Amino acid sequence: MALLEIENLHLAMRSFEGEAHVLNGIDLALEQGEIWGLVGETGCGKSLTGLSISRLVASPPARYTAGAIRFAGQDLLRADEAAMQRLRGRRIGMIFQDPTTNLNPVFRIGEQMIDVALHAAGTDPSILGLQADASRSARRKAARALAIHMLDRVGIARASERIDDYPHQFSGGMRQRVLIAMALIGRPDLLIADEPTTALDVSVQAQILRLLHDLVLADGLTVLMITHNLGVVAQLCTHVAVMYAGNIVESGTTRAVFKRPAHPYTRALIAAVPTARSVRGRLQGLAGSVPSLIDAPPGCRFASRCAAAQADCTAGTPPAREIGPGHRVACLHLAEAAP
Amino acid sequence: MTLEIIGLTKRYKGGVLALDDVSLELRTGESFGLIGESGSGKTTLTRCILGLEPATSGQIRYDGVELTRLSGAALRRMRARIQIVFQDPYALLNPRMSAHDIIAEPMIIHRATIGLDGKGRTARVVELLSLVGLNETHLYRRPHEFSGGQRQRIGIARALAVGPELLILDEPTSALDVSVQAQVLNLLHDLQTRLRMTYLFVTHDLGVVRTVADRLALIHRGRIVEQGETETVFRSPASDYARMLLAAMPEPDPDLSPFHRQPEVSAPEVSAPEVSAPEVSVIDP
Repeated sequence: MALLEIENLHLAMRSFEGEAHVLNGIDLALEQGEIWGLVGETGCGKSLTGLSISRLVASPPARYTAGAIRFAGQDLLRADEAAMQRLRGRRIGMIFQDPTTNLNPVFRIGEQMIDVALHAAGTDPSILGLQADASRSARRKAARALAIHMLDRVGIARASERIDDYPHQFSGGMRQRVLIAMALIGRPDLLIADEPTTALDVSVQAQILRLLHDLVLADGLTVLMITHNLGVVAQLCTHVAVMYAGNIVESGTTRAVFKRPAHPYTRALIAAVPTARSVRGRLQGLAGSVPSLIDAPPGCRFASRCAAAQADCTAGTPPAREIGPGHRVACLHLAEAAP
Repeated sequence: MTLEIIGLTKRYKGGVLALDDVSLELRTGESFGLIGESGSGKTTLTRCILGLEPATSGQIRYDGVELTRLSGAALRRMRARIQIVFQDPYALLNPRMSAHDIIAEPMIIHRATIGLDGKGRTARVVELLSLVGLNETHLYRRPHEFSGGQRQRIGIARALAVGPELLILDEPTSALDVSVQAQVLNLLHDLQTRLRMTYLFVTHDLGVVRTVADRLALIHRGRIVEQGETETVFRSPASDYARMLLAAMPEPDPDLSPFHRQPEVSAPEVSAPEVSAPEVSVIDP
C-alpha cells in the first residue's frame, strides 16, 4: 500500500467572483522512499495539494467537494484537528519556501527546535529516547540534545554553540538548514517541501539539494517536493507530477517524463526553460495564459493554449492514460501532439 | 553609445565594500549580461550607473561624459538615455496609477527632451502598449488588474517611453513563471532588434544569461571575477567561481543529476520520441 494516496481530490475555493475549482480531481500515490516532484506554474494548485495533505487549507473559504487523502491508510479529510496535530511535526514534516519568515525572530533557534521536539515527543516519547513518565527537565534536556544533534546532521558547524543564536545571526542557507532539521526532528515518514530552495542562491541551493538527498536516503523518507523549478526536479526527484490549472496532466518517473514528455503542456514547459545548453536568441514560449478557474469550461483546461487541441478536447476532462510503466498522461490526442 | 566603467569602487557607510575596482565596457547594440548571487554587488553597480548611488571612486563614462560628475539638468537629460526595468512586477508599479499614467510619467519628467503634449503622450502610450504586446483596452486599468507578466510589460513600456539607448534590466524575469519568462525574454529580444538598444542584463540565472547575452561578466563579492563572450565562458570557464556556478546550476535533464537516483525505464514508448535537451528556436537578429 502506498504511504500517501490522493484520490480524485476536488477543492473549491470561495471568492468574491464566485467559486474557483482550484483542484480538479488530483490522483497521486507516493510509495515509501520515493521523492516526488510536484511542478507547475503559479496558481496551478501545487501548494494547495501539499497544504491539503497536512490539512492546513482554511475552510471556509476552501471546501473539499470530493475525493480522499489517505496517509498510511488513514483518511486525512475525515481526521479531526487533534488527530492532525499528532501527525504534523511528527509523521508529516514540512518545509516552506522562505527561511526568513518561517523562523520566529524573537526566539533562539534552539528554543524553537526544542518546542518541535517536545511536541513530537508528546505522541511518541521514543523520539527523545525517554520513558513516557520522564520528568519535565529530563525531557527538555533530551530535546536540547536532539536539537543539537539535528543541527549537526544538517551541517551547522559548532551546533552546540550556534543553538543559542537568534535567526538573524544565520544566513539564508543556514536558516533553511535549521528548518530542514526542524522538519526531520519528529522522524517523519513523509516530508512535504514547498519550494525549499527557491529563495536561495544556486550555490546554496546545490548544497541544500545535496543535504536533502543524503538525509532522505539515510532515513528512507518519502518526499513531496513542490517546486516550479524543473532543474531541481530533474536532479533530486525519482518521480514527477506536472500540474496545470488544478489538474495533474502528466506523471511518472522523472526520467520518463523529462525524456519522453507526452502532454503538450509538459513539452511546452520543458522547452521554455533556459538552460546552460540554450543558445542566444528566442526561447520557445507558450502563448496565452492560464484560464480562470471560476466557472472553468468543461474539458481539458489546457485546450485554449494547446496547438493540438480539437473539438472533443472541450467535451470533458480527459482521463489519465498509462502510456508507459507508471507514466500517465491526461490528453486525448497524444499522437497529434507529438512533434 | 559606449559605456565605460573604470575602477569603480563603492564603499557603504560602515565599511561594506560593495564594489571593488570594477571595470567593464559595453559596446553599442550588444546585450551584456551581469551575473552574480545575492549580495554580489550587481544591483549596486546598476544604481551607480543610474546615479542613484554615488560611487566612492572610479569613473563611469557614457559617450565620453563622466556620469559621476553630472548633476541637475545635465543628469536628467542623461537619464532619458539610460532607463531601467526593475525586478518585482508587484512592487514596480504605483497601485493608484493607471497604466496610462505610469507609462506617460517619464515623458512628463523628460518633457524638455521629449516635447509631447498630453494628446501626443497618450498616442505614444498606445503605441508603446502595442509594442509590448498589450493594447488600448489596457490603457486605464490599474496594476492590480494585470498579471505578473503583464505588469512587467508595463514596466518595459515605461522604460521605453523616453526612447533610451541603454536599457538596464535588473532581474526582469526572476519573479515570473517559466512560460511567462519565455514570453518576456522573447519580447525583450525582439525589442532590442527593432529599436537597436544596448542591454545591460542583470541576473542570477545562468540559463537566462545564456539566451540573452552576447558577452557577460561574473561578479562575486564586489569584484568582476570573469568576463568574456557568453559562449566562451560557458564552454571553458576560466575562474573557479564560474566553474562552481555552472556545476551548481540544476539542469532540467535527469542524466545530469549528481545523485543518479532516477530509476531506469527500459521499455521505449511509442508516442513520443526521446529528446535530450529542450528545443530552442533561434531567429537571427
